[in-house]
Amino acid sequence: MSEQRTHRAPSLVLESVSVTYGEQVAIRDASLQVQPGELMALVGPSGCGKSSLLGSINRMSDGVSGCRVGGRIWLEGEDVRQRHDLTVLRRQVGMVFQQPNPFPLSIIDNLLFPLAEHRVPRGQRRARAEQALRDVGLWEEVKERLSQPALGLSGGQQQRLCIARALVLEPQVLLLDEPCSALDPVSSRVVEALIRSLKGRYTILMVTHNLAQARRLADSVTVCWLEGQCGCVVESNGCEQVFENPAHPITAAYCAGEAG
Amino acid sequence: MADRVAWLAGWVLLALVMVPVALMVTALWQQSADVLSVGFLLEDPGRAGRSGGIAALLISTGWILALCLLVAVPVGLGCALYLSESLPADSRRAQWLGGVLDMLAAVPSIVYGLFGYQFFAITLGLGFSILSGALALSLMVLPLMIRSAEQAMRAVPMGYRQARDALALSRWGWVRRILLPCAAPGIAVGIILSAGRALAETAVLLFTAGYVLRRPDSLFDSGRTLSVHIYDLAMNVPGGMPRAAATAVVLVALLVLLNLLVRRVLRQPMTEALV
Repeated sequence: MSEQRTHRAPSLVLESVSVTYGEQVAIRDASLQVQPGELMALVGPSGCGKSSLLGSINRMSDGVSGCRVGGRIWLEGEDVRQRHDLTVLRRQVGMVFQQPNPFPLSIIDNLLFPLAEHRVPRGQRRARAEQALRDVGLWEEVKERLSQPALGLSGGQQQRLCIARALVLEPQVLLLDEPCSALDPVSSRVVEALIRSLKGRYTILMVTHNLAQARRLADSVTVCWLEGQCGCVVESNGCEQVFENPAHPITAAYCAGEAG
Repeated sequence: MADRVAWLAGWVLLALVMVPVALMVTALWQQSADVLSVGFLLEDPGRAGRSGGIAALLISTGWILALCLLVAVPVGLGCALYLSESLPADSRRAQWLGGVLDMLAAVPSIVYGLFGYQFFAITLGLGFSILSGALALSLMVLPLMIRSAEQAMRAVPMGYRQARDALALSRWGWVRRILLPCAAPGIAVGIILSAGRALAETAVLLFTAGYVLRRPDSLFDSGRTLSVHIYDLAMNVPGGMPRAAATAVVLVALLVLLNLLVRRVLRQPMTEALV
């Protein structure tokens, strides 16, 4: 793995992280660094362990039977695997999934519910929910129907609501697992624009299969690959560097569409 | 051509289901037409059921059904929550427990009756009583209730569970706001089926609640339910068939009402605003 970026102290550092499910190794010895406010795209073919790597950061993998995570994961200088309080960790690290998954509650309750669960003072909840909806550009579209079911929104609106639901807890890091892949092109462009607007304010790690999207959005790119049956990181570098002057032949072939 | 065959097959199957139901309702109605009236619902039975109505039996049935559900619903939901939220569906323990519940659901009701008599009536000293009957009935319907509620809970979309974990929601908050409302239709179906089975049950109650015809004064009194009354009138009382049919009409009407009530409840908004 090459590392040519020089920045401040990284917000998120993965050191030789391996994720295994029983005997099956999903990804081995993955290392990367994400700077504060940076958007890093995690690209690579299916099955190379990108989503497993993402899930190890906020310890979603803890709940998966037979899953083990090795190596170190540092969030703002703290080893997340030593954390005893998952609630705080998951408030710091928001996550959005491939399929929009708003709860079967009203639009506003999708935001108020996590706030209530995290014991945010009642007087602050409404304002924070409204701010989160404004941040994702949904406020003007839904302000007249906040008590309507969230499942009545379009796919793109639902995904933006899910991003708002993650943002409402004021995380430092946002993990996006293929947030546009289940959306139509128009909704995908809207969500892309939203993600671009969040850059700088949040440290973002985004899994995507869409290289063009990675190129449009990312500050840096980490390329994962399958070696045998096991995933690995072949290159992690600035976006321009990866696409214009890749350090690894696999990256060059993958970006040229000749592999993967 | 295939569409026409499928259409025809659909109607034939529908007729196969509906015709016996229609015949049964018609037969019951014809036999009970002279007996059914408002007075039949409001009067207590007389002369071993040959005269009067079924008011005392409605009271006994109500008590037994309410107590049965009062015990079975919370216990059943608790067990279903444990199974669905703590044990992966493919785990050995979940499969073993599921197998045991399926086996218990298939145990003949008379066995529950015998056990209920031995345990509740004799060992616990509750005698032939509303309480013995309700507890024995709740044991009988528990496996059905647990399995239907568990399956309804397991069917809640995985995406909601992912969001729950990512947001670090509390178990109680998740269960109260998302899981139970999502699983409510399946749980309600389980409750309706259980209530229906309890309402229609005879063998268990003969052993535990007895068949005294008068109104129960307390939970420790013996009481006769509608289904036991139907059995007794039809089998032991000469000339009791019209009143047995009339009681059966009331029993079926109660089941239909119960079904409609639950459907109405399910149409209400499932979640309330937090603000």
